[in-house]
Amino acid sequence: MTLATDRLMDRDVAIVDLLDRLLAGGVVITGDVTISLADVDLVHVSLRALISSVSTLVEQ
Amino acid sequence: MADAVVYLYAVTDAAAPEQNVNTGVDGAPVRRLVVGGLAAVVSSVDAVRFSEESLRRSLEDLQWLEVTARAHHAVVDAAAEAGPVAPVRLATVYLDDERVRGLLTDRAAAFAGALDRVRGRVEWGVKGFAVPSDAPVEPEPGSGAGPGASYLARRLAERNRATRGQEAAFAAAEAAHRDLAAAAPASRRYPPQDPRLTGRREEMVLNAAYLADATSAAALRQVVERHAAGPVRLELTGPWAPYSFATLEEP
Repeated sequence: MTLATDRLMDRDVAIVDLLDRLLAGGVVITGDVTISLADVDLVHVSLRALISSVSTLVEQ
Repeated sequence: MADAVVYLYAVTDAAAPEQNVNTGVDGAPVRRLVVGGLAAVVSSVDAVRFSEESLRRSLEDLQWLEVTARAHHAVVDAAAEAGPVAPVRLATVYLDDERVRGLLTDRAAAFAGALDRVRGRVEWGVKGFAVPSDAPVEPEPGSGAGPGASYLARRLAERNRATRGQEAAFAAAEAAHRDLAAAAPASRRYPPQDPRLTGRREEMVLNAAYLADATSAAALRQVVERHAAGPVRLELTGPWAPYSFATLEEP
């Protein structure tokens, strides 16, 4: 994992702010490949992955 | 690309100039599909990497998620600079161009309505953090007891102060949101971000988005400044493409 925490926090657009919008905002339409981001569980899974990766980095 | 599917970023006005962004998600070229007055901003992407199964796995991969989110955002941002834009949620994939054209045809009125609602407007994010009180904590006087009792008194005073500070911050955040929402044509709240993601010690007490034209943007700034001395620290982010306000309403 090369992703540094400061990259997560300090870029012009914080990835956290971006994910708020990309995973919970935007027009919701059912594409042909049905990966339902409207499914709250999946969003939580993604954010859990994000949180655990960040905390792993912090601990290192 | 033989086995390709179509990744949809956003829908915009066909009359808007083409955005000047070269690559989108997965390094794929960005192009437009026009039907009537609407244009879909799309890329052809690998059918295997963007299959349901792969996407499910990929969305849990932080690095993939960040790279893809930023690529998606860059395309949406460029389109938003060229005209009104209705961003589509991350990872919306169609089998081919015809399916996307079908979407534009079937939902033409709803997309046109969504674009009209955000035309000439951008989104501003406001995050509010509880300002930690740094006044020294004095134990309640008059107890006159030994060190153990005074330690407990001090701890109790600290806890009371923290609770009061948090309540004040929440109340100030609600007041700020009311003022901000009154200054904007539309607003939307998000859940507060996890402190492990913000990297901040202060508690987030407000996470919201406001739709704004030039006039309401100035008003939003004024509200943020007016609340600057209060128990909640407001931070403005943006301007964003109207991610939080592009919604399709049935005609």
